[in-house]
Amino acid sequence: MKLYDSIELAARNLRESVLRNSLTTLGISVGVASLVAMLSLGIGLQQLASRRLQRSGLFDSIVVTSRRNLRSFDREQEQNGPAPAESPDLNEAARLKIANVSGVVEVYPDLRFITEVRYEDKPHLTMVAGLPFSSKDGDSFEGMQGKFFSSSDAHEVIIQKSFAAELLGKTIRGADEINVAEVAKPLLGKEVVMRYSERESSGQDSASFSVISHEMPLTIVGVTDLDPDSMRGSARARVFVPQTLIESMRPMQAYDTRASGGVSSDQPIYSNVVARVSGAGKVDAVEQAIKKLGFNTFSILDATKSMRRFFAILDLFLGIFGSLALTVASIGIINTLVMAILERRREIGIMKAVGASDSDVRGLFFAEAGAMGLLGGVCGTILGWIIGRVINFGTNVYLKRQGFPPEHIWSVPAWLVAGAVGFAFVVSLLSGLYPASRAARLDPVQALRYE
Amino acid sequence: MGSATIRAVDGITLQIAAGEFVALLGASGSGKSSLLNLLAGLDSPSSGSVIVEGQSLAGLSREQLAKYRRHTVGMVFQSFNLIPSMSVLENVELPLRFAEVERTRRAAMASSALERVGLSGRLHHRPIELSGGEQQRVAMARALINQPHILLADEPTGNLDSRTGTEVMELIRHLNESLKMTVVLVTHERDLAEKYANRLIFLADGKMVADQANTTTTIAGAKS
Repeated sequence: MKLYDSIELAARNLRESVLRNSLTTLGISVGVASLVAMLSLGIGLQQLASRRLQRSGLFDSIVVTSRRNLRSFDREQEQNGPAPAESPDLNEAARLKIANVSGVVEVYPDLRFITEVRYEDKPHLTMVAGLPFSSKDGDSFEGMQGKFFSSSDAHEVIIQKSFAAELLGKTIRGADEINVAEVAKPLLGKEVVMRYSERESSGQDSASFSVISHEMPLTIVGVTDLDPDSMRGSARARVFVPQTLIESMRPMQAYDTRASGGVSSDQPIYSNVVARVSGAGKVDAVEQAIKKLGFNTFSILDATKSMRRFFAILDLFLGIFGSLALTVASIGIINTLVMAILERRREIGIMKAVGASDSDVRGLFFAEAGAMGLLGGVCGTILGWIIGRVINFGTNVYLKRQGFPPEHIWSVPAWLVAGAVGFAFVVSLLSGLYPASRAARLDPVQALRYE
Repeated sequence: MGSATIRAVDGITLQIAAGEFVALLGASGSGKSSLLNLLAGLDSPSSGSVIVEGQSLAGLSREQLAKYRRHTVGMVFQSFNLIPSMSVLENVELPLRFAEVERTRRAAMASSALERVGLSGRLHHRPIELSGGEQQRVAMARALINQPHILLADEPTGNLDSRTGTEVMELIRHLNESLKMTVVLVTHERDLAEKYANRLIFLADGKMVADQANTTTTIAGAKS
């Protein structure tokens, strides 16, 4: 029998006992709906988490460190590749080499130091870091009050809102509770004085240098809501100055004393540089290329690997719970079809008597199981989507009451829709396996004797 | 359940020539329907063989047996065995589906088959809306749709009154005579067998007790 005929006959049979078949299909729908609901919750949470990370603006950055600097992020990197002593210095030449790796947009040294910043003659200790002009377009300045630096060497400063609160003498309970507009208002346009130590080589002997103390007045131009330096963990800065300015200051770095023992010239050696990549998708390839140059690398993608593993496990478990409902539904299909065989014994006998082969009968039952699965899959996906919308809505009502902005914790990607429908179809066909072969083996003489 | 073997058909040796009209006679339980099922390829003998058109049915696969039932034999039953959920036309079309005949040709073939049995006006009725005689004629149309060489009829008039029974039997005779179709008729009515068949085979307890040519000439118009 041709496939089309099987489907047509199957559709007719499904219509014949419409109540029972709809209930079975409903069972599949509920199973698929719970699967879709569980998985899209998992995916939604995952997307929420990665959106948060993406907003940090560091998804396209790679931190490059010298192997000489044993403070590595990754034990594995220390064990492979050239020995620390043979690896190249992270100096201006290395910076150019890294800049030439395809996909790298810019390379800037990561300059940061802990220093004293005075505001209204009160000293505050904080980490100061350079900020390249290109990060102006980054998402991490979303919600910033004021504006970005006017030029790459302007005597201007952008501060993080928690530092702004500190300058104003406010007690900080948690970064989330600080209203950025509130703390920015009295500070924008005001002047702070930053103290720093300049490292100066002493001419003939490159291994020694002197340190000169300076003070520099800077104007507060912006207060950030987010944490642009969040990747640094405990070393993250709360005060930012333009990158060109900080480079020209030649500030004393924490590692300078350690590096002084080596064969260094008067050009600076950086503890680490940041390579910005044209897109997050290229990070992996660029990281590999930089590793080949003999440096250690770290990117946020490495950090998200463990997060992705967590979500993979979460999705797996949510999927298993969702599948349980589908398993119950597939038992429903088996039951319905076995009942249908008993009910249609005679009909199967007649079909065999007029020339239906075993495979014709089998195909007919398969088509019925598949049709129920397909229909159940489609209805279930719609149902799951609706359930998800309701949960999302409920969550946002709750979040609003608690004073949080609404979040999108729900996501039904196209692959999930296709996958759920396909999965329901395959599970139904598997459920139809036993009833179909039982129907195909039915003895026509026995079946026709039934009166 | 007892495990005693019941021999429904036991030691029957029988040869039916093409174009013959054979009646299998016997009381109920004599094995005549079992013999018909063996000829139809619905059942297979535990020993011995059934050879149709030079081919042993025992040597055929299940798939080939289905093909044999589809193209070589047509069956008519006492209880008509139409599928109640299908219309008259769809019932007749059913064997064409299994024979994978093009959809476009099926309806035309089925309606012309129904025309031949005199049922052209009721194509879209359900079997239950038809009289017994009409239902049996639908079953005849279905049996003949794939142009089989052999018609196997199992008590075709058993559920019909005498007038409609005669109509159906006349139709069978017409097929036998005009199309040279081999007919094997199972019945317990001796009168009917003598009226239409040209060979009578008597069965009792699964064994053949008599095999004789029909010499009865008393019924008018029985023989042309």
